[in-house]
Amino acid sequence: MAIGVKVMKRPVKDVSYVRATLKGMAITFKKMFEQKVTMQYPEEKSAPEMARGAWTISPRWRGTHRMLTDEQGRSKCVACGLCPQICPANCIKLVPGEDEEGNRYPLIYEIDEFRCVFCGYCQEVCPEEAIHVGVHYENAEYSRDRFVYDLERLSSQTHPVSTLWDPTDPKGE
Amino acid sequence: MTPELKGMLLLTVLKLLVVFTATVVGVALLTLMERKVSAWMQYRLGPNRVGFGGLLQPAADGVKNILKEETFPGQANRVLFTLAPMMAFIPAMTLGSVIQWAAPLPVKFDFTVPVLGQFRYDGLMAMSVIDIPIGILFVLAISSTGVYGIALAGWSSNNKYSLLGGLRASAQMISYEVAMGLSLIPVLLLTGNVAFTEIIKAQQHGAVGFNWFIAPLFLSFFLFLVSGFAETNRLPFDMPEAESELIAGYHTEYSAMKFSMFFIAEYANMVTVSAMVTTLFLGGWDIPFTHWDETPGLLQTVITALAMFLKVFFWLFFFMWIRWTLPRFRYDQLMALGWKVLMPIGLAYIMLIALAIYLVDNVFGVTTPVVKMLVLFAINVALGYLVFRVFDRGLLITGSRGRNAAAGGLERTA
Repeated sequence: MAIGVKVMKRPVKDVSYVRATLKGMAITFKKMFEQKVTMQYPEEKSAPEMARGAWTISPRWRGTHRMLTDEQGRSKCVACGLCPQICPANCIKLVPGEDEEGNRYPLIYEIDEFRCVFCGYCQEVCPEEAIHVGVHYENAEYSRDRFVYDLERLSSQTHPVSTLWDPTDPKGE
Repeated sequence: MTPELKGMLLLTVLKLLVVFTATVVGVALLTLMERKVSAWMQYRLGPNRVGFGGLLQPAADGVKNILKEETFPGQANRVLFTLAPMMAFIPAMTLGSVIQWAAPLPVKFDFTVPVLGQFRYDGLMAMSVIDIPIGILFVLAISSTGVYGIALAGWSSNNKYSLLGGLRASAQMISYEVAMGLSLIPVLLLTGNVAFTEIIKAQQHGAVGFNWFIAPLFLSFFLFLVSGFAETNRLPFDMPEAESELIAGYHTEYSAMKFSMFFIAEYANMVTVSAMVTTLFLGGWDIPFTHWDETPGLLQTVITALAMFLKVFFWLFFFMWIRWTLPRFRYDQLMALGWKVLMPIGLAYIMLIALAIYLVDNVFGVTTPVVKMLVLFAINVALGYLVFRVFDRGLLITGSRGRNAAAGGLERTA
């Protein structure tokens, strides 16, 4: 024993191993018949209501992206180029275009979800509240190239978006 | 060959097939049970996707294990590495063949097959593959050969964790064999025989219609149970695996079916120990409060097989129950428990029981077995009080400083 190591006195007189073992066995046996907490995943999913076994995904969860659209169904993106600029993983590909009235819009807007690190900077930096990270986790696909989401795909997503950064409440109060 | 010999051979082969199949299927279902029980004790549901309520999970696991790639670690001793799982598997499978699974069945047949000739059998058929007169000795001998597989698996893997696991396993199994052997001697003192049939017969009559040895030999039963846990490498004595310190111990480097064979061997050993506890201390296939099961018949065999199954099932559940309740011992604690506690208690117990039997039989001249059992039961109550209330109280499993303390003497546990 190293010098200076403090050894705590154990409650020797009250210790009984048989009694402790029996007590432990009683507990484990009782637990066998109590309510289980397992969520049966494909049948039960995250739900806003706290039903039995249900759980809610955090509103701050950052999942695959979603591009919001305006009333005419056009994407809100103005191709300002801030999101590819700030993206630490360099996963956003943006080619800007301009229509006759001089409005900028993305000709190509692609996000490689494999490269994405889901930091949420794109949502945070977007001045038009166009690109968002979603509260969504079921992303399975049959081929790798399906993970490069183009503008159409990003716009057609319907899942809720992360409220990690709320423009009306920038400090999160 | 005489028709009688051929008849006996035919029955033996049939029983062998039945016992082997039942063991393998039972072991498969036990893995499911283990996972279910562990899940339930931890507020989980356990495997429930494959088949009804997860019943086909073992089949899925089996298919997976057969199809998986067999890997060999570099520099491993290929021959021993392949041989080791078999050496663990074969003794485990052999042991099930001497256990009496039910009351003997009267069988009578006499028929002639064109090529093979005449088959004849007339008499009681023991419900074990082979009813050898040295049952206990056979089980002790064969079960101790299982350690070769584990030790060789650890050695041939060329992996220090495996080697440590294998060494621990051999030390542990050899140590606890001593305690196990000592705990069996009082049973032999009472029955005067090592055959399982005789041991079961000795437990059928008593003060309350049965005389299971758990009452007159409770400490023996307790010692046997504890050393049984150690022999099968189950928690709280699963030193050879000890995943937190040794990765997976002796089967670290094993994959696919070779790993599975260790797994099957462990569970088959569990079945054997459960059946041994049942046979030696719970009357085997005996149904309490009735002597109806002693007259041979088909119905009796079926019902007693059910009784045996229930008892064995309880002990299998008990194994799992303990596993998911108790934490793992430290290695030196395990050895101290085996050599410093279980062995002295076993030795002292043998002397006491032998003395008591001698006094009851020869000095006081009591001839009724009922009185003898009651005397032994009283002795056990007193001893049990002593062991579990006095010795157990105020004694700690040694802390790490205990090994350095010159006096020692604190490492008692029960």
